[in-house]
Amino acid sequence: MNSKPSFLQPTALDALRLEQAMSLLTQSGQGQLTGAEGSTPWLQSLIDALCDLSSRDGLTGLANRRNFENAIARESDRVARSGEPALLLMLDIDHFKRINDHHGHVAGDLVIKAVADALNATVRPMDLVARIGGEEFAIILPNCPPAFGAAVAERIRARVEGQGIPLLSGQQMGCTISIGGAYAPQWVRSTPAVWMERADLQLYRAKSEGRNRTCLEPTPVSVVSAEEKGLLFASSIFGEDLS
Amino acid sequence: MITANAARRARITAITSGKGGVGKTFLSANLASALARQGEKVLVLDADLGLANLDVVLNLFPKITLHDVFTGKNTLEQAILETPYGFSVLLAGSGMVEYSRLTPEVREQLVAVVEKVVPRFDRILLDTGAGISDVVLYTVSLADEVLIVATPEPTSLTDAYATIKVLATTQGRRDIRVLVNQVSKPGEGRIIRGQLQQVVDRFVSPGLEVPVKLEFVGEVPIDPAVREAVKKRQLLLDCLPGSAAAQAVIAAATRLRA
Repeated sequence: MNSKPSFLQPTALDALRLEQAMSLLTQSGQGQLTGAEGSTPWLQSLIDALCDLSSRDGLTGLANRRNFENAIARESDRVARSGEPALLLMLDIDHFKRINDHHGHVAGDLVIKAVADALNATVRPMDLVARIGGEEFAIILPNCPPAFGAAVAERIRARVEGQGIPLLSGQQMGCTISIGGAYAPQWVRSTPAVWMERADLQLYRAKSEGRNRTCLEPTPVSVVSAEEKGLLFASSIFGEDLS
Repeated sequence: MITANAARRARITAITSGKGGVGKTFLSANLASALARQGEKVLVLDADLGLANLDVVLNLFPKITLHDVFTGKNTLEQAILETPYGFSVLLAGSGMVEYSRLTPEVREQLVAVVEKVVPRFDRILLDTGAGISDVVLYTVSLADEVLIVATPEPTSLTDAYATIKVLATTQGRRDIRVLVNQVSKPGEGRIIRGQLQQVVDRFVSPGLEVPVKLEFVGEVPIDPAVREAVKKRQLLLDCLPGSAAAQAVIAAATRLRA
């Protein structure tokens, strides 16, 4: 190990155009770099800060969509190998358009921030909370036993419902979220897209069943309901078998 | 052409059923024979690790099995057996009970074996075990396409449907092929596929971006020739190629290649 900080060749440093990077970092409040300007540790901390900046959502500070896609791909690979139960929750603020229309975009942003804070406050440090769209969020919960999934989702929903959001006008407002969730297929090679689609399907269910609720994919999916059987055998060829 | 050879990659077809005893292994062996006759270089991989019986169907007594490959006793080359029927088999061996649970080792071993055989064949038929266990699901996940074998019996149909549902929801399968065995009337197989499709349309596809499509591959009639071949422990296509069941298998193989 080098005890003295190594410096880049002055010519190499001069060749780099760092103004824009620096101004981006300063603007986002991450302008504090470590080490002497121009040293390798300094440049490393600059790169780290840029990486951090490009993986976060500007409004909420949550992981952004890019970061989320990276994380879900990793998690889905990990589950296929380890067989650990991992839960994906997709969340959406109910009637967000109405909030925007009635209270304005500034209030809309405050609501998004408040929801983000509530999500962060209810999950474990190992969970990844991401803002993946306007009013859409996703949470990856590694190693979350199936028996706990519903309780975790409900805790998140209740927390958001129970919090008052102070608006600039001094008013307080509330909001609710709908949550859909699905577990990653254990042991099996699958794609993050399939996993997301399954969680999305449950979110769609939560919305269509009236919002402000959580719907997790029923496990196991291999159970065939009486309704399904009824339709399956609704053909004359089964007349004799089922009488 | 050398380039074509170098790029050879077998199409992997998993054959699964949900319920056992529907003729899955019998059909795997006879489909392999039909595909081989149609010019494909075929390997049947006995992936029914707990309860393998492809050797019984084919009347083979392999000295070296997948078990020996897994334990490192023999090489994969030594375990691939050329049958007198124009296709190759890789048998699990009945000592594989310890693999009926899906440990990380079993998974890695299976993947390693599949990856090694893929460049050497045109088609690999994965004869999976019965049920929807994690081993079966994992095996199916290694395949390019899935063929579900069902019979007109309600229990078989229920299990076939459950399998389709699980594969569609957990593996994102959208095209699943259906072969109906032991039909008593012509056209029964198509009705069965239709029934399955109807329930899938109602209960599985809603909400999925791409709906699940079940493709009818064929129906094999109840035929005394089948019992006769099984008793003799011969391939139906070999001993009674003119039988109705044999002709149905050949037709199914043709559709499988489409």
